[in-house]
Amino acid sequence: MTAVMQIRDLHLRFPTGRSLADFVTGRPGREVKALNGVDLDLKRGETLGVVGESGCGKSTLARCIVRLHTPSEGSIEFEGQDIFGKASRDDRSYYRRVQMMFQDPYSSLNPRMTTGQILTEALKVHNMRPEADIPARVAELLDLVRLPQDAQGKLPHEFSGGQRQRIAIARALAVEPEVLIADELVSALDVSVQAQVVNLLLELQQELGLTILFVAHDLRLVRHVSNRVAVIYLGRIVEIGDSETLFSAPSHPYSQALLSAAPSLNPDNRGAVTRLEGELPSPLNMPKGCPFHIRCRHANDVCRKDVPALQPFEGRGEVACHHVKEINAYA
Amino acid sequence: MSMEDQKPILEVNELNTTFHRNGRALPAVRDVSFSVARGEVLGLVGESGSGKSVTLRSIIGLARRYGDVTGQVRWKGSDLVAMPDRVLRHKQGREIAMIFQEPMTSLNPLLTVGLQLEESLRAHTDLQRKARHDRAVEMLDLVGIPSAAQRLKDYPHQFSGGMRQRVMIAIALAANPKLLLADEPTTALDVTIQAQILDLILRLAQDMDMGVVLVTHDLGVVAQTCDNLAVMYAGRIVEQGPVRDVLRAPGHPYTVGLMRSVPENLPPRTPLSSVPGVPPSLDALPTGCVFAPRCSSCIEPCLQDRPALTLITDRRQVACFNPVTNAKGNVA
Repeated sequence: MTAVMQIRDLHLRFPTGRSLADFVTGRPGREVKALNGVDLDLKRGETLGVVGESGCGKSTLARCIVRLHTPSEGSIEFEGQDIFGKASRDDRSYYRRVQMMFQDPYSSLNPRMTTGQILTEALKVHNMRPEADIPARVAELLDLVRLPQDAQGKLPHEFSGGQRQRIAIARALAVEPEVLIADELVSALDVSVQAQVVNLLLELQQELGLTILFVAHDLRLVRHVSNRVAVIYLGRIVEIGDSETLFSAPSHPYSQALLSAAPSLNPDNRGAVTRLEGELPSPLNMPKGCPFHIRCRHANDVCRKDVPALQPFEGRGEVACHHVKEINAYA
Repeated sequence: MSMEDQKPILEVNELNTTFHRNGRALPAVRDVSFSVARGEVLGLVGESGSGKSVTLRSIIGLARRYGDVTGQVRWKGSDLVAMPDRVLRHKQGREIAMIFQEPMTSLNPLLTVGLQLEESLRAHTDLQRKARHDRAVEMLDLVGIPSAAQRLKDYPHQFSGGMRQRVMIAIALAANPKLLLADEPTTALDVTIQAQILDLILRLAQDMDMGVVLVTHDLGVVAQTCDNLAVMYAGRIVEQGPVRDVLRAPGHPYTVGLMRSVPENLPPRTPLSSVPGVPPSLDALPTGCVFAPRCSSCIEPCLQDRPALTLITDRRQVACFNPVTNAKGNVA
């Protein structure tokens, strides 16, 4: 599989305002470091899952990819072309080829437009079809996402959450994209409905050969849909690898703790978990060295000083941890 | 942690809650009965709109202002449903405490955490000022907030989501209640923090010998924390029993569907089994079994009559004419 998208050393910092105290003492403004050097390849036809706690930068990463944020440093290349470069700046086709779907099905659709209008608009903006063929294409799209044809004349409020996410999927697919960015696509849905939407997404991926970046906090779901998974902590990838390998034998202490915190359906698994102490540090106040050392049982002086690099580990994928060998020696 | 020998402290009998909108009656809770013993954790599970939160609110008397609540809620020899507001007021927060889903919005942003904790103590205990302060420090300490004495002077925005939920738990438990109603206490939190908060609730329930009703939509949370489980659908309990028994061999097709929708122990990237359709709207409930239109084991009687909760084994109840036998969820 070749990489469709190459992300290299991506940094994104948001400046925060200076407080009065900062002015008085002459302190410079502070920065929220949302992404701290993310390297990632998205391969054609795969589903890459991105997991992490809230505030770890997973949505920010997704938004950078669709050019909703401009990174402070680093690059994203789509088929060899820098998407923030001059040549790409005026090129609308990127917005067509990479489509994003959002978490909240209640605010991501215009409440005053019918489903038909929403889909027609997408088709027109990118000149997907001659005017006369648009109605037929809209009908086709509704079939594709298993919505009834009478949905065309209805407004978003007439649909349930699951149906709205189907509309969002139809809108994204209308412009025949190659890459789909799904940012918590099913998080707002009830489990029984969640399964319907996930099944649809998997089917469509097969049918249309889509590449999907699947951002979610539900680990079971990410495991189920992904080929590969990246675990993010404080704006850095701490582990990335094949989904089944990573979930059955996570190597980074953070991945281990995160996975064991997900409540299992089996009541006999109680207590068999590594509890993580403390919480995610504020990205305003990044710890020195390894971002995880504050909550890590294995941390020592090296961890407090140097940031570990992402390195291949025993054929299990790549891990950013100084002590990965010792930690996994007896596992 | 078996509690069978204990007498229940809370008994809910035939609880019904109806809201009215535009002249139409919306049956939010129907014929709900269950009991909770000291130290027992009961999980109420269901999807959004299934009536699980309204059930909690009906027990503690928050629903009666907005709708009609009938049935019985037996608590220490009296009936909370029939109790006048002024008497009920002394039970709320003192004997029965509640925590809510949103730790971000359930604290007053303008008051320090200490003030809000002491407010609860002033309302529910006879402690004097000094004693209240000491108790507030003790409570923050108990829920695992470091340097408790200093943090009393902090405002809610100075706490993270998980810490705010700890503060909420501290406020709820300050008066030593005997029953805790927890409405999706961990839904807004990350899994690592969720695990910490659930551990905390379990530990405190045991230490304080307190019954807990835990409302959640996550079967995993129930599997990991509860002793007993009641599954709700469209305002009714469709199955209840000990957690292990229900999750090992779910009897109601809805429970089976709910369990199978969770991607656990499944080959990756295979279709998940899903329950077709969506839950019915409360003003258009089907005549027979409320689940019939989405049910794969639906038979003739399901379309005419509502099945009642009936015992299928000595402790398991299922409301179904055609219950699933030897079904496995995803649990081996």
